[in-house]
Amino acid sequence: MLLRRFSKERTAVFGLLVIVIFALIAVLAPLLAPYDPLKQDIPNGLAAPSAEHWMGTDKLGRDVFSRMLYGARISLGAGLGVVLMSAVIGTLIGIVAGYIGGWADEAIMRVTDIFFAFPSLILAMAIAGALGPSLQNALIAVAVVTWPVYARLIRGQVLILRNREFVQAARAVGAGHGLILRRHLFPNTLSPLLVQASFDMGVTILAVAGLSFIGFGAQPPTPEWGVMISEGRNYITTHWWLTFFPAMAMLLAVAGFNLVGDGLRDVLDPRLRR
Amino acid sequence: MAAFILRRLGGLIFVLIGVSLLTFFLAQMVPADPAGAALGSNAREEQIAAYRKQLGLDEPVVVQYGIYMSRLLRGDLGNSIRTRRAVADDLRDFLPATVELTLAAMLVTIVLGIPLGIIAALNRNTWIDASARILALIGGAMPIFYVGLVLLGVFYRQLQWLPGPGRLDSTLQPPMQITGLYTVDALLTGNWPVFANAIAHLILPAITLGLFSTAVLLRMTRSSMLEMLGQDYVRTAKAKGLGERVVIGRHVFKNALPPILTIVGILFGSLLSGAVLTETIFNWPGIGRYATTSVTTLDYPAVMGVALVAAIIYPLANTLVDIGYSIIDPRVRAD
Repeated sequence: MLLRRFSKERTAVFGLLVIVIFALIAVLAPLLAPYDPLKQDIPNGLAAPSAEHWMGTDKLGRDVFSRMLYGARISLGAGLGVVLMSAVIGTLIGIVAGYIGGWADEAIMRVTDIFFAFPSLILAMAIAGALGPSLQNALIAVAVVTWPVYARLIRGQVLILRNREFVQAARAVGAGHGLILRRHLFPNTLSPLLVQASFDMGVTILAVAGLSFIGFGAQPPTPEWGVMISEGRNYITTHWWLTFFPAMAMLLAVAGFNLVGDGLRDVLDPRLRR
Repeated sequence: MAAFILRRLGGLIFVLIGVSLLTFFLAQMVPADPAGAALGSNAREEQIAAYRKQLGLDEPVVVQYGIYMSRLLRGDLGNSIRTRRAVADDLRDFLPATVELTLAAMLVTIVLGIPLGIIAALNRNTWIDASARILALIGGAMPIFYVGLVLLGVFYRQLQWLPGPGRLDSTLQPPMQITGLYTVDALLTGNWPVFANAIAHLILPAITLGLFSTAVLLRMTRSSMLEMLGQDYVRTAKAKGLGERVVIGRHVFKNALPPILTIVGILFGSLLSGAVLTETIFNWPGIGRYATTSVTTLDYPAVMGVALVAAIIYPLANTLVDIGYSIIDPRVRAD
């Protein structure tokens, strides 16, 4: 039923298609890539796109197409990792806050306020810097600034659900807290969670690439999209292919997740339909 | 009304204490020894020990936090390891550049986002609407650091229509400092060449930084307008023969405005985040670039200073928006 409604949202289906293609690229990168993404061929550096190198080569003669394919692996993996980490932590904390209420709720919400006070990239950068620049630390940093979003979202849902008849009925027939949380509250928070996660995939891909671009994420020679743009920044007008293709890959992937997020929200929350 | 404002400001104080704790905790996580970093590799053991004592680094963490807080309350953010100046002085020098850039980007956002959103909503499901939505989709998904590099490459290096990185051409002297915003100061002192040059330097970074928020505001304006256009009272207004302009201006837009305002407040945070990348690309001497350099050199007193200032500006901006909002719409005071 939901699937049928989703399939009627043409732009969302297009977004999903884009995501599926990127997911396939990420999984199959070793099979699809015509060259080793790290293999240098300096005499053949900065070659324009051709039949041999569809997207040209960079200054070290590495194949841009192969690097872009491997980049999908890193960016999608990074998005998934961060969203999973922050969704799990945020959901647990949000459910507890919403269900227990009272001072625990108040305390948890004030803590999320503190995280919301920071512009996310500045906090993420400070954390990534303190942990030491690496892709893994960049992911931890972005997750640290992302989880409060989920805590707030889930807490709000639980507050609404807590007093609904089916929860009261479950309580009346003697269901324990654990059962109510697992069976009745959590499943009903899934749809807003899914919408948020879809948007956050896009946000995270951009944030991790941004951190890598300024040197606090993935490190060269890793074929990561942000690193690729950073390495090609001095060639932007002379050898456009170094930066154009990774940027377009990012644009497509992020737009894909945003379109799916829009579509899911429209389907799951008909009040917001446009 | 006063109670509402007091409650908001009270919440703000709590947030600021939390923010100071968090930044302090972050600085504790840095593996490098700040004393060793400050004195360089040639420092002797005794020198380092003396320096640690001077900074209070030999005290327990709780005492250190106490020292940090008492300094903070006196406006002392400590000294930068890299620039060897007071962090507060550094920030005073770098903050105006960021404020100027952020305001310019906000101007781009409002001037483009709101009208485009209105036009899209009024022409729903036409090619105009479709192009506006595609623009919003691209603006929201484009890595802004790539946008900045392309704009710089095309309009500065290739076409030479606009000046390159920095706030002013190197041949010009900055205007006399009044606000620290070059455009405003040049205007106040009647320094037209500097004013024109400062504006020219602002165009590319402001567009770069404003692109993402323009996309968000466009979408929000469009959907808020559409929601109001579907209301009964709009139909009534039309039915009683009011002109299109009056209906749109007085009935639709005015009621669509509160959510648009909220988004403008929220977007300030994304602008401050984006400023880090934009300032790095355009060599813009603001706190974003200062933060990047400070993190790279593990200059954590400086990083803590930036984080703290950013974490004050952002909730403050939001609180101001909320207060403004509560003046427009008294219902929000209730919750």
